Amino acid sequence: MIELDATDRAILRALSHDATASSGALARELGLSQPAAWRRMKRLSEGGAIRGRRVVLDAEKAGFGVTVFMGIKLGAKGRHGMEDFERAVMAIPEVQTVEHVLGAYDYRLRIVARDISDFERVLRRRIMTLPGAASVDANVLLTEERRPGPL
Amino acid sequence: MLASAAGTTAAVCSRRLARLRDAGVLRGQQALIDWRALGWEVEVSLRVTLDKTRSNAFDEFIAAARDVPEVLEIQTFLGQVDARLSVIARDMAHYQQVYRDRILTLPHIADIEALMHVAKLKSDETLPL
Repeated sequence: MIELDATDRAILRALSHDATASSGALARELGLSQPAAWRRMKRLSEGGAIRGRRVVLDAEKAGFGVTVFMGIKLGAKGRHGMEDFERAVMAIPEVQTVEHVLGAYDYRLRIVARDISDFERVLRRRIMTLPGAASVDANVLLTEERRPGPL
Repeated sequence: MLASAAGTTAAVCSRRLARLRDAGVLRGQQALIDWRALGWEVEVSLRVTLDKTRSNAFDEFIAAARDVPEVLEIQTFLGQVDARLSVIARDMAHYQQVYRDRILTLPHIADIEALMHVAKLKSDETLPL
């Protein structure tokens, strides 16, 4: 586990807002020297505090107006075929995220589509045909916000 | 690198990128924090049904959820579920404390259901372009 002080937290907060911020810009913002900011950024990324970058795309402007979250429960037989299910679901291009969860569902999917009729196509051709899926539940995303988290 | 992937030249590619940025399709880059590496071991999805007889239930619920630092995502839906919070905690004891003290006290909750994250199998969030 990586120990963080207040300055590390401020750097992570800034980078989770804009990953392209330079060490010089962060140094000015936080009142550090540029080499000090650079050393801290290097320690945070090499220590694994940052697992990557996300390019933020406006899905709607790119022509994907519909995002749906689906909960999927596997059938009793499906439990032996978890790997088949996982392989098949991860290969669907419209499926953006796959999470294995415990609770009322076994998997949680985030799916993008151009519009509702495109979503229906994905649902019928790709989701309903997944091996082992017994019940599905869908919720259409209206708004979404990402918070900085406990930094 | 992008130019060769798209089968074009670097100059064309940088013009295209600028155009996508100006059009607001490309909105920037964010660093993804590895909360596990920072000692936040537990992640839970809370699916919330709100008491919709209250006219501003959504707004008040969302505003209060923003004040909980452990909340990473707030989403609202059309469907069985009204809202979803993604919540992290250091361990199960800490989760129980956050859940009791900060989540159950949020306004206008009619029902709440928890999904505990076991593994993220895919999380690239690319678009099927």
